[in-house]
Amino acid sequence: MKRFSFSHEDVSGETIRRLVADEASGAYVAFEGWVRNHNEGQRVLRLEYEAFESLGAKEGERIIREAEQRFGISTVYCVHRLGKLEIGDLAVIVGVSTPHRGEAFEACRYIIDEVKHRVPVWKKEYYVNGDSGWVNCERCSAAAHQHDHGQD
Amino acid sequence: MITVQIEYFAILREHIGKNTEAVDTEEKTAGGLYDELAARYALPHMVHMKVAINDEFAEWDAALTEGDTIVFIPPVAGG
Repeated sequence: MKRFSFSHEDVSGETIRRLVADEASGAYVAFEGWVRNHNEGQRVLRLEYEAFESLGAKEGERIIREAEQRFGISTVYCVHRLGKLEIGDLAVIVGVSTPHRGEAFEACRYIIDEVKHRVPVWKKEYYVNGDSGWVNCERCSAAAHQHDHGQD
Repeated sequence: MITVQIEYFAILREHIGKNTEAVDTEEKTAGGLYDELAARYALPHMVHMKVAINDEFAEWDAALTEGDTIVFIPPVAGG
């Protein structure tokens, strides 16, 4: 299994914990991102993740290599879910083991922050009121709508 | 005139209604090509968009070459 990967199937924290187990490590830190039932004032029913997988996998691996160089990781895995997810599902997990705890916390934080900013993944939320929207593209959608009207 | 392959994702895929298309263009750069397509499809104006050419991030003023695969990357929202 690659250290950064996308998965169209459920991922369990226990799987990552076992993959990361390492006799040279004295510390294990994991971050799990879960699907929550609200965002920016709207009740969320479910969501869908889509990725530019080929470039995303490369960028994810680059992030992990950066973290290794900075923090001296023993073992690390990061998996990002794709496809349809329900409330409470695991959306992303980062598991890091290191000799001592400080580096594990820092590396885990670094990896999840960089993944969120740099890996080409998009999230479409479906709301209780029947609307849906691509997160971080809300204003874009509004602009497109106005533009359409302008051409009528 | 060159022909490039474009792959669309997320909001752009839905807006345009295609996953991929081959486009003949006189444009010389990735940015010029986006402007051309934005006019053709009334695409949303998005800040923090990126572009990739042949599976690597590229600059907006990067030169296009015959046969390139271009991906316009709307604002990401992983995690």
